[in-house]
Amino acid sequence: MLLPASLPPMLQRIVDPQAPPADVGFFGPIGVPLIYTIVKLLIVFTVYMVGVALLTLAERKISAWIQDRLGPNRVIKGWGQPLADGVKNFMKEETLPDAANKPLFLLAPAMAFIPALTVWAVIPFAAPLPLRWGRMDMVLADLPIGYLYILALASLGVFGVVLAGWASNNKYALLGGLRSSAQMVSYEIAMGMSTVPILLLAGDVSLSTIVRQQEQNGWYVLTLTVACFIFIVSAFAETNRLPFDLPEAESELIAGYHTEYSAMKFSLFFIAEYANMVTASALMATLFFGGWTVPFWHAVNNAPWAWWKTAITLGAFLFKVLFFLFFYMWIRWTLPRFRYDQLMSLGWKILLPLTIGYVVVIAGATLGLDALGVPRTPWHGWPVYSLCLLALNIGLIGLLFVVADRGRLISPASARVRAAELARLRAVRQRSTLAHEATSGAGD
Amino acid sequence: MASSYVPVLLLIAFVVANAALIIGLSHLTVRQRPTPEKQTPYESGIPPLGDARERFSVKFYMVAMLFIVFDIETVFMIPWGVGYRQLSCGVPLAGGSCPAGHLVWFGLGEMLVFMAILLAGFVYVWKKGALQWD
Repeated sequence: MLLPASLPPMLQRIVDPQAPPADVGFFGPIGVPLIYTIVKLLIVFTVYMVGVALLTLAERKISAWIQDRLGPNRVIKGWGQPLADGVKNFMKEETLPDAANKPLFLLAPAMAFIPALTVWAVIPFAAPLPLRWGRMDMVLADLPIGYLYILALASLGVFGVVLAGWASNNKYALLGGLRSSAQMVSYEIAMGMSTVPILLLAGDVSLSTIVRQQEQNGWYVLTLTVACFIFIVSAFAETNRLPFDLPEAESELIAGYHTEYSAMKFSLFFIAEYANMVTASALMATLFFGGWTVPFWHAVNNAPWAWWKTAITLGAFLFKVLFFLFFYMWIRWTLPRFRYDQLMSLGWKILLPLTIGYVVVIAGATLGLDALGVPRTPWHGWPVYSLCLLALNIGLIGLLFVVADRGRLISPASARVRAAELARLRAVRQRSTLAHEATSGAGD
Repeated sequence: MASSYVPVLLLIAFVVANAALIIGLSHLTVRQRPTPEKQTPYESGIPPLGDARERFSVKFYMVAMLFIVFDIETVFMIPWGVGYRQLSCGVPLAGGSCPAGHLVWFGLGEMLVFMAILLAGFVYVWKKGALQWD
């Protein structure tokens, strides 16, 4: 709808719902952007906190399901368990060790909580919603630096952990904090570098551009499969989840860096940990699985916007995020914990060279495809460019798992035994079989 | 464009206030009954032996130093990745793609030189045993 320019400011409330709110400054006469921001902030923050509470229940229920037991089933058939836990944590006495460094001991949970709950600001979670006062973009702040903001804030999370470990003045906590910080910084490099291929293809760090690109040219999990694999592995390490949960390995370090924490301060660490999981899942969905877009349904992913499109895309996004959260729990009960030296050598000696090589391969491949004249946009409805990259990735995955692996990571247990040892074992077995045959033969 | 950062600042302020509120409230609502035993560091039930703040393995320092080096390399790669399409095109991009016949090797070559230097350092560190955890 076109509006005459001479309208008084108050009447500009009746604006085009498809366009962003009238640009009268953030705190302008009506302040629509400010109101939108506050609404989105409160809703998503609440969703995060409630989601984290439900996630603790989901984790226990799914664990129980995988291990064939019941799980929490007392407080309102189990559904009230998160609430009961929350109330309990508010009522519990907090201990403060005499030897602890008190200001840092108090600061550490906040330092873990704040980055975990602010990272989501740039992740778009649904199609824009047209409203009477103008379009509401379903992202808190579509920053032009999008992905860099996530990298910057996610790396702040390590401070809470290392401060907690050090300030507690407890040996378990210190070991947990040290392990955790070394692990987080090691995998941060692989995580940062694994996203460089995305920037090569998208040519932008804004997450909405990355989502838009995937809507047009296919999900990056297909065109950048190796990067997706590395990203998921490093995200598991970054969030300290199994198989990388050495910082709080219960069987050796009690609870790791939060051994001395109780009640609400422990809760803050717990919330931060689960919020990090949610954010990591949302990032996997956004960077590699098309974000909020629905595959093959271009009508719902594009303007003109409508409320039902927002609802459907929000559902698609939540489905992807929930799938990855389930994946986290599934992996937890599937893979055993790494040894610390294995963890470090995986990060530094395998993932880091792999990502560096992959960045070069993708840079070379895009240049080669451009030189061959393959169009980046779909050609006669066929995303030729993406298909070429997909073929390349299938080849690379094959190379990675069949040739480069050589039975080191994926192999039967016998392949890990030295050849000489294997021959000796076989000889022993043969001798004992012969002896057994001889004795049983004599008995007849 | 600066106004697009206001929501982030609001969010950070909101989350900081929440964290302070949670810590503060739990301090006010709960009655503390400290005893000397409760206040000692937890060491699986035995009286703590010595201080926790002793020297720890030098490997953690090595990881921290290597992290700084390689993280900065990553940070350098991000603007290169974003500008790669323009860097490998001799003339300004037309509609996001390079006009035919103007592709150049500059973008890739530049990064290969950078990577070669990075790789030399990486091989040195590896051979020196800095990545060995045993």
